[in-house]
Amino acid sequence: MTKQTLKKLILVPVAGIILASCANVKAYQKSRLNDSEMILGNRKVEKNELNFQSYREGASGANGGKTGGGCGCN
Amino acid sequence: MKKICLTLVGIYMMMLHAFAQYQDKDTTFYISKPLKIDEVNLVSSYYSQNGDHSAITGGIGTEKVTDLSNGLDVTWIGWDDMNRKHTLTAGLGFDHHTSASSAYVSKTGASKTGGSRVYPSLNWSVENAKKGNEFGLGLYFSKEYNYSSFGLDAEYSKKTKNNGEFTGKLTGYFDRVKMIYPSEFVQVVTVTAASGGGENRNKIPTSPRTTGTLSLSFSQVINKRLQGIILMDGVYQTGYLGLPFHRVYFNDGTPNIENLPSQRLKLPIGMRLNYFLGDKIILRSYYRYYIDSWGLQSHTASLEVPVKITPFFSVSPFYRYYTQTSVKYFASYEVHTASDQFYTSNYSLSAFDSQFYGVNFRIAPPKGLFNGLNSLELRYGHYSQTTNLVSDVISVDLKFK
Repeated sequence: MTKQTLKKLILVPVAGIILASCANVKAYQKSRLNDSEMILGNRKVEKNELNFQSYREGASGANGGKTGGGCGCN
Repeated sequence: MKKICLTLVGIYMMMLHAFAQYQDKDTTFYISKPLKIDEVNLVSSYYSQNGDHSAITGGIGTEKVTDLSNGLDVTWIGWDDMNRKHTLTAGLGFDHHTSASSAYVSKTGASKTGGSRVYPSLNWSVENAKKGNEFGLGLYFSKEYNYSSFGLDAEYSKKTKNNGEFTGKLTGYFDRVKMIYPSEFVQVVTVTAASGGGENRNKIPTSPRTTGTLSLSFSQVINKRLQGIILMDGVYQTGYLGLPFHRVYFNDGTPNIENLPSQRLKLPIGMRLNYFLGDKIILRSYYRYYIDSWGLQSHTASLEVPVKITPFFSVSPFYRYYTQTSVKYFASYEVHTASDQFYTSNYSLSAFDSQFYGVNFRIAPPKGLFNGLNSLELRYGHYSQTTNLVSDVISVDLKFK
């Protein structure tokens, strides 16, 4: 069994269990979810960190930052 | 008589009240509100780096760099007469950097080491809260001495009935790379007195680089304390994908210019999970897997733990680990041969591991700090690669509302 097959066997059911257990959360129950540090994205203060990482590393994308283009980077 | 009059007045008042209760459903309308400034963000960063594998000198030599970045975003919000929320954000960025290795674009080290970049942007979106959808457009421009870029994007998102949201975005960047070669590769044309005299250099040509990206994401509230998002990008690049002043030395010592394929396909997929633990601690986790057509694969994992010292002050230590394999075309100094079709000695495309760790401070009292300053964030991080590259970055974000 290859490493990639093993990863898929672990990640897919975990993702499925998480999504299947989604509770019906009402608007008045979202006080913790709406906290400014619970946002599902980068902080604005991280913007330049993402830039230098895209310059110094070969990978980019899937994080709300650059995916390529717009600069003389990878 | 008095009783009859009073009774008649009373009945008349009741009839007036009855008419006041009548409402025609078809006459419900919203009042549009013009765009007003909602938020202003100022983000500044100072970055300092050092290393000894500069691509300009063929994979050896100093990588000392400093960079001062400043960005200003202004956001306006308004509503139209169909109760749709319009958001307009105008941004302006200005960076100034110094790079010790840039001096060696000239063989003698005489090239300038500093440079600046300006990058304005404009984003507009319209949200229909009743239908749960949002549409947006963006325009981007960037200009520095050796590179110019024009970008645009279109985005659409749709909420599900159970606290989920799908988002799709198409982005295109249409860039030009100024073909500044190392001095030993530049032909100098001597002009005679009859044609104006003196020594002249050929006009520097440019080459195109085009990037197209399809970004998809799905976010979901899982329970009262846990929410997550899956993000995926499909990126296709074509054109001049290297940099013309990057040298490569073959095993016989001859210098050459980096030569990379003119196409690249990238596929990163990432996931975030944020969990509110107890009353004061948040766990912000992120993982990304990346693969591309040049043979590079990487894994990124990070964890940030905001601790709310008070409801308005938090301290967030963070740690990020990154590992990548090399692209097929990388080799270090004096390893490539003349028979190689593609070659680079740019260490950002080599195999390495890296670590990035630091701390973030956030202050956001409900009545703000002073003079309209709503919140302040200060962030420091230390970065190191197994290639011996190290850097430090300190950033500040001032938010005004």
